[in-house]
Amino acid sequence: MTTIAVKNLSKRFGAIRAVDDVSLTLEPGKIYGLLGRNGAGKTTLLNLMTKKLFPDCGEVTVDGRNIALHDAVLSQVYHMTDKNYFPSGLQVRTLFRWCPTFYPQFDLTYAESLAAKFALAQHSIPKQLSTGYSTILRAIMALASNAPVVLFDEPVLGLDAVHRDLLYRELIANYSQKPKTIVISTHLIDEVAEVLEDVIVLREGRIALQQPVEDLLEGVYAVAGATDKVNAFIAERTDIGSETLGGTTSAMVMSRLTSADRQAGEQLNLEFSRVTLQRVFIALTNQQGVLP
Amino acid sequence: MEGDCHVLIDFRVDRPIFLQLAEAIEDDVLDGRYAEDGQIVSTTDLAVTLRINPATANKAISCLVDEGVIYKRRGVGMFMAQGARDRILKKRRERFRKDFVDPMLHEAAKLGIAEEDVIAMIKERGRVT
Repeated sequence: MTTIAVKNLSKRFGAIRAVDDVSLTLEPGKIYGLLGRNGAGKTTLLNLMTKKLFPDCGEVTVDGRNIALHDAVLSQVYHMTDKNYFPSGLQVRTLFRWCPTFYPQFDLTYAESLAAKFALAQHSIPKQLSTGYSTILRAIMALASNAPVVLFDEPVLGLDAVHRDLLYRELIANYSQKPKTIVISTHLIDEVAEVLEDVIVLREGRIALQQPVEDLLEGVYAVAGATDKVNAFIAERTDIGSETLGGTTSAMVMSRLTSADRQAGEQLNLEFSRVTLQRVFIALTNQQGVLP
Repeated sequence: MEGDCHVLIDFRVDRPIFLQLAEAIEDDVLDGRYAEDGQIVSTTDLAVTLRINPATANKAISCLVDEGVIYKRRGVGMFMAQGARDRILKKRRERFRKDFVDPMLHEAAKLGIAEEDVIAMIKERGRVT
């Protein structure tokens, strides 16, 4: 099992701090969600983690070895990029055959069976594929790489609902059979929420939150009722986002719902509910959002 | 039937996924879908079919193992324990009032339906089998 760690990593593009002093450790054998709004630094972070970009400062280590000094460890980390960087003119089948050169554990038979499942023609040319099939090709190569760490940047971009469903299932089956560290960077939070074990939220190049999904969802609740009653209730609690419609307000509170909270709320005729990962994400990353 | 995946769930937001999965498997046991010592679907099949993290499926299974509903045989699979159905029935009956009767009375109070009208409705509806 392989551990990938990032320490005090920063990268600026002009005045923009794309990645700003990020430190994190990805434990082996977990599925992480890397979430953040457009421009939050997700792709830059993944590019830095696989030496496609050089950091201004900080370091990335794979099993303790700095990737800047040890090229060989990069074969342990497969990065499904957000674009096609493959040489032009090669057919898909040729591309598959080149993979073991860079990723020795690449499983050609598995790649071919995935191509058949997704109806990706192996004689096609990567550059000529539609957005969806271009994503499928890159996702197949990532799954078949058998690298101990696989980073997926937007693995469902342009995929229809049937292909997204198939991809999530293949990913889970692959992970079950050969446990590995998986990072999924995506904007489609609701549909991937149940696949993730931990979530990392980036905001303006910094880590806003890193937690097991279940703990996060246990540590947030929504409370709804008459606006004045809800306002009274949240006055002494951490409200991370409320919405009002007519005389009714729904607020999101960033703490575990205790029985004392419940009692206090029931006296005010308030109703409690759990919230989805996507709602928590929106609350934490919109402009008005207050970080806990 | 043994080993078939019956558990097809549309997960709701109101409770943790692992609890909903554990309950769905319990429901299958209550419905008589598994025989005692009959094999239960693997956690991998559960995870892939339901599109959930395998750790979540494992957590659901661990709950059921702790409650004596299923047992594991290393390298073979998971099986329904002897007396599992009775254990689930006992637990669910204890929770019936809190889970079903209380919310119903709460809603009835909100709508101004009198207690005797609720009772009349239950009697009129008869027993669902």
